[in-house]
Parts: sequence; C-alpha cells; structure tokens
Amino acid sequence: MRRPIQIVPQIVVQIVAALLFAVALPFAQSAQAQDSLPPAPYAYKQLADPQQEAKAQALMETLRCLKCQSQSIADSDAPMAGDMRHQVRMRIAAGEDPEAIRGWLIERYGDYVSYTPQVKPITWPLFGAPVVFLALAALLLRGRFRKGDRA
Amino acid sequence: MAEKDGLMNQTVTPPPAPKPRKPGLALWLPLILFGGFLALVVYGLVRPADREVVSAFIDKPLPAFDLPPASADRPGLSTAEFKAGKKPRLLNVFASWCVPCAVESPQLAQLAQLGVEIDGVAIRDRKDDLARFLATNGNPFVRIGKDDVSQVQLAIGSSGVPETFVVDAKGVIRYQHIGAIQPQDVPLILQKLAEAAS
Repeated sequence: MRRPIQIVPQIVVQIVAALLFAVALPFAQSAQAQDSLPPAPYAYKQLADPQQEAKAQALMETLRCLKCQSQSIADSDAPMAGDMRHQVRMRIAAGEDPEAIRGWLIERYGDYVSYTPQVKPITWPLFGAPVVFLALAALLLRGRFRKGDRA
Repeated sequence: MAEKDGLMNQTVTPPPAPKPRKPGLALWLPLILFGGFLALVVYGLVRPADREVVSAFIDKPLPAFDLPPASADRPGLSTAEFKAGKKPRLLNVFASWCVPCAVESPQLAQLAQLGVEIDGVAIRDRKDDLARFLATNGNPFVRIGKDDVSQVQLAIGSSGVPETFVVDAKGVIRYQHIGAIQPQDVPLILQKLAEAAS
C-alpha cells in the first residue's frame, strides 16, 4: 500500500495542536469556574412597572461590576453583576430611592463601585475646576475687551 | 479730519526684526514630557495597580441575614449566631464551583483543628455540587448558609470567592482576607483572630 503524501510534516501538526490546546485551555477552565445555578430572578427580568424599571436601569448603568471592573452591572453577564441587578431591582420595587441604593453599595465597596462621582472633599477639584476655568476665562476676556475699548 | 491727515502723514517705520530667541526650555520640554511618560509606563509595569475591591464594611457590625442550610449535615447561618458566640469566628465566603476555594481547604482544615470556628456562606451553589465539594476537600464548617443571589456577599462588601472575614464575639467584622488562604497566611489569620478577641 502506498503511503499518503505528507504535505504537512507531522511535527508541525503536533505544534499546531499543542498551540490550539493552549489557547483553548483557559476557556475550558473559566467555563468550569462558573456556577451552575440559574441567574437570580431579576438579573435579566425587567420590573413590571416601566417607570420603576427606567429608574433601576439608570442606576445600574452607573454602578461598576466588581468582577469585570470596566463594565457597568447593566452591561455585564457576570453572575455577580446579575445578583447586583437583582438586588437593585428588588430595592427599587420596594420603593427605595436610587441614590439610597447607591449609598448602600458605596458603604460596602467604597466610591469605586459608583461611576457617578460623589461630592466629597476629594472630588471638590473635579467640580470646582470648571468654575475656576470659567472665572479665569472671564477675567482674561474682560482684560481683552478693556484694551479694545481704549485703542 | 485733521486727525486723520496727521495719521496719514506719519512715516511708517518697519517693525523691528524679531530677535533670534535662544532655544531654552521649549526645546527640551517634549523630551522631558516623554521621559515623564516613560517613567509612568515603567512604574505601571513594575507595580501594577491593585484591582482588589476591599470591603468598606470592616469595623462595622455584620448586617442582619438568615440563610437556610446549604448542606444536609450542617445548619444554616444567621447573624444571631455571630453575636451569641464567646470568641471571634471566621466567615468564609466560598463556592463549590470556585477553584481557589479548593486550594484553601487544607488551610481551613488546619485552622479548624487549631480550634477556630469557621462558618461558611456558599455562593450560588447546588446542594449536590456542594456535598461533592465537601466530600472531596473536607468540611471545616460549623454552619453553612446557602446564598443563591449573593445577598450576604453584597451586604458585607465581598467582591468574589473565596474571601474570609474575621468576625469578633460582638458580631463586628474585623478583618477581610481576599483570595485563597495560602499556608503562609495562616499565622496572619490567627493573629487577626487574637486581635479580635482582645
């Protein structure tokens, strides 16, 4: 029997297989490191009241997912983000104020959990800088206009 | 009109030629800025930012909760039990699906053997999965609460599994350990327990 012509040497096939395995391995592990429970009741289900849901949605878009820190909990599919959405929706449904819920989370995770900056001594420069720049611009422009009058 | 004529008759002197300015700081500024940028990059590479979210609930009393049992042979977990205790306890937030949780189980067993009482909160876990996990890795827990929607985890400012909290006899959270307890962390945990007892 004739041996099939080897177009690709065996060693290359082995290397490619090893590479593919190495690339796929982390995915296999991360798939394993997920819980098998279904998501929390209100992780993906909207509230029946559209007004309440809008409030919850607006809040969830400004809360950081703690598992995937560049996403909001509204954007993330991490189970913990789902549980946080459940928590937010349940509290909104119970009539809690969105800012109170934000405060509840900040009390536990620090300011980092909120994308919306809070007015605190450390953030005063953030809110003060635009005012300072506006005042500076007004002062400079006033000088310019004065000179223009005299010429 | 006279004024205008006067202006017209003025001799126009050419503006003085601009003096060639010495290239001073302006020449070096871009290089200096680039140097600063480079230093920042190197700093970021050598010392990457700590992305762990530390609980802001340390030194605050454990929030009220009452979890049903997560396994057949251990009772559930509620805040009342932490307040009724006579000595500090460990509150271990874990899950059977969490790989590092299996890594820390020998250390938890060692702590339990030293007389430390450990309570567990099983996050988003199934009873049969948990039973298999405990059969494989040992069961150092006095009580295990079942937390299917991470409510206790959120209430104490824990952002992942595993995390271990030292809770004193009054039910106040005193210390948070993020990640698996490695063999070298055991003395630190014991020290924090002793501090919480005094």
